[in-house]
Amino acid sequence: MSSNSSGKTHEPLFHIAKRNSMVWWKAWLIRGISVIVSLLVCAVIIVSLTHQNPLEVYGAMIKGSFGTNRKFWTMLQSLAILLCISLAVTPAFKMKFWNLGAEGQVLFGGLCSMVLMFMVGDRIPNVILILAMLAASILGGIIWGLIPAVFKAKWGTNESLFTLMMNYIAIQLVSFAIMIWVPSGSSVMGLVNSGTKAGWLPDLFGQKYLINILTVAVLTAVMFVYLKYSKHGYEISVVGESESTARYIGIDVKKVIIRTMILSGAICGLSGFLLVSGTNHTISKELAGGNGFTAIMVSWLAKFNPVMMILTSFIVVFLQRGAGEIATKFNLNTSLADILTGIIIFFIIGCEFFINYKIMRTNSGKEGK
Amino acid sequence: MKKLIAVILSVAMLFALAACGAGTIDKESTSEANENEGKSEIVTTTAQSDVSYADLKIGLICLHDENSTYDNNFIMALKEVQAELGLSDDQVLIKTNIGEDDSCLTTAEELVDEGCNVIFADSFGHETYIMQAAQENPDVQFCHATGTHAHNAGIPNFHNAFASIYEGRFLAGVAAGMKLNEMIQSGKITADQAKIGYVGAFPYAEVKSGYTSFFLGVRYIVPEVTMEVTFTNSWFDIALEREAALKLINNGCVLISQHADSEGAPKACEEKGVPNVAYNINTASIGPNTALVSSRINWAPYYKLAIEATAKGKSFDADWTGTIATGSVELLELNDKVAAEGTKEKLDEIKNRIETGDLRVYDITTFTVKGKQLDSYLADVDDDGTFTGDKEVIIDGYFHESEFRSAPYFDVQIDGITIL
Repeated sequence: MSSNSSGKTHEPLFHIAKRNSMVWWKAWLIRGISVIVSLLVCAVIIVSLTHQNPLEVYGAMIKGSFGTNRKFWTMLQSLAILLCISLAVTPAFKMKFWNLGAEGQVLFGGLCSMVLMFMVGDRIPNVILILAMLAASILGGIIWGLIPAVFKAKWGTNESLFTLMMNYIAIQLVSFAIMIWVPSGSSVMGLVNSGTKAGWLPDLFGQKYLINILTVAVLTAVMFVYLKYSKHGYEISVVGESESTARYIGIDVKKVIIRTMILSGAICGLSGFLLVSGTNHTISKELAGGNGFTAIMVSWLAKFNPVMMILTSFIVVFLQRGAGEIATKFNLNTSLADILTGIIIFFIIGCEFFINYKIMRTNSGKEGK
Repeated sequence: MKKLIAVILSVAMLFALAACGAGTIDKESTSEANENEGKSEIVTTTAQSDVSYADLKIGLICLHDENSTYDNNFIMALKEVQAELGLSDDQVLIKTNIGEDDSCLTTAEELVDEGCNVIFADSFGHETYIMQAAQENPDVQFCHATGTHAHNAGIPNFHNAFASIYEGRFLAGVAAGMKLNEMIQSGKITADQAKIGYVGAFPYAEVKSGYTSFFLGVRYIVPEVTMEVTFTNSWFDIALEREAALKLINNGCVLISQHADSEGAPKACEEKGVPNVAYNINTASIGPNTALVSSRINWAPYYKLAIEATAKGKSFDADWTGTIATGSVELLELNDKVAAEGTKEKLDEIKNRIETGDLRVYDITTFTVKGKQLDSYLADVDDDGTFTGDKEVIIDGYFHESEFRSAPYFDVQIDGITIL
């Protein structure tokens, strides 16, 4: 039906208004309440669908990350990788450059590492090999990020679609490389150089993930300073707020876009290196495992603040690990855990609405507009 | 305004609390009951046999979850064995959706931390990680399905297993051949329209061996038959498998089988009214009018072998191949509504002949490669990373599949099969 009922305008009972600002403790109170409410909603779902005790389920969830020493380190490692990719997408998103290609940039970066690890792994000293892999990955990430950035800066192409398509190219390239390296057709690389450990990041103090974790910790600090205190960081914010303003005050917008995407791609490449050399010692299409997209949420939730991202990526990783744990403990499908994760994240994101806006009763005496 | 929100929130909280409180009480009583059940079960089994499973813990690492027919086949068989041996839920830990990367290793290590004595992993790509876990945890038995390394790796607590499923596939092929024959005789298709389709996951020996044996089974009944194979390049992708099946049907394939782990292909067949032969699941509920039969690896015999040996502290095979005789290769129930008349009798006859060695699936007189009989073939049995053949597998007139190693190594492209 296309006809519209004219004349009568329905006056809504409530309307929404932007809040100016909120005291920090009030904002955190709302966030805290939303987490509690989400847990209660989850509890209702757990009880009604599975007849399990929700407290036990939550207990198991916590065990997923903190149950044993090993689980704790594994959690830190997953956190480090997600955080690293989140740090990578942050400058681009802050600039309102919709980089949906982190997945591909990580993958291509990882592929560059694997090329060296697989092809020349046993022929050159390990230190040189690892440094070469690091450089190759960063370069690879840069190339994968730079292509859409140049197109955007020069010809105004849509970067969301462009970066998204670059993901598929990276996936196909990885499949292609594996097809050549593994002629049996199984498409499985398995552990590469498991005998010589060539190209494997070494253990540090007996912890195999420590180098990954420390690298990302340092990177977080650097990124915080870069975004908050450097001229580059300031330019990124201005371009993000308004390109016209940026141009007006003499910022070379194209240069900033390209420079920022180089940075973004480089860090994605670094993530790829950490995943190949420090974590998996193999490559597959699933190397980034969706973290390229999850990172966007982590970054936005933290309002592009690298330090806050430690918390937001922790929440995501904690929920993921907890999900796996309860699936095993209670013999449930992991989908239930995903549902719970979805609900909790929904509430966490949703509460930001109440922090930024207020719902007000419409004053019926006034003309509503 | 704030008050209003506060009221709404507190009411919501109250509801939730009430609901969760009530649930808590319910749960406590039921979990107690469950525990008691578990205990009594253990007591009865220890009374029955001389092996005690009470201190045993079993882990299973799956690439996907129950939605994948392949993984579900592992999970269901383990649950069967769990019930049979009277193991409690705390003794069987199943980890699903574990990738073929470092997460496989950490999951295996976590299972060791939990006290597992024997750990199974179901996906080909898990192997190198499981090997590493085995080397680091010599007191725990690691059993990896479809793997290729255990027979010559020399790691005492690392094992591979698979089944001679090519024999099951051949039988399923015979059932499909009978169906094709019926279609030809009833005039539904002509003999030169006897083209069948196969949805494969990867162009890899396990899949190649599977479709070739299936095809040979069909051709045993219908000599004119040809087959088209298409690959999805994924073990589990509902949409791709569905599309692949539809593509084959559009190409004129009148019967479809698959070696990919979702229900995509059988569902597409039911929609189009094309008979389907499945793998690892009974698809009768999905395709009441088209599901013909399904071959399946029954993992229960292997689970029992490994679990019992572990419980007794005995060593067991580094590489084990299940057969029809061990109960590892099965045909699931034939769908009488779809199957041609006399199929059951024919299957019994062929099964008997396979078991006695009277009929060999890869009899070299039954197939040609580029127009010639294959008299000699070096297969890559040792899997040393060079991907070159190292073992003569054609002896006494047939290709000896799964004899020198459980994981399939038949990767020959035979005439009559077209890869799309």
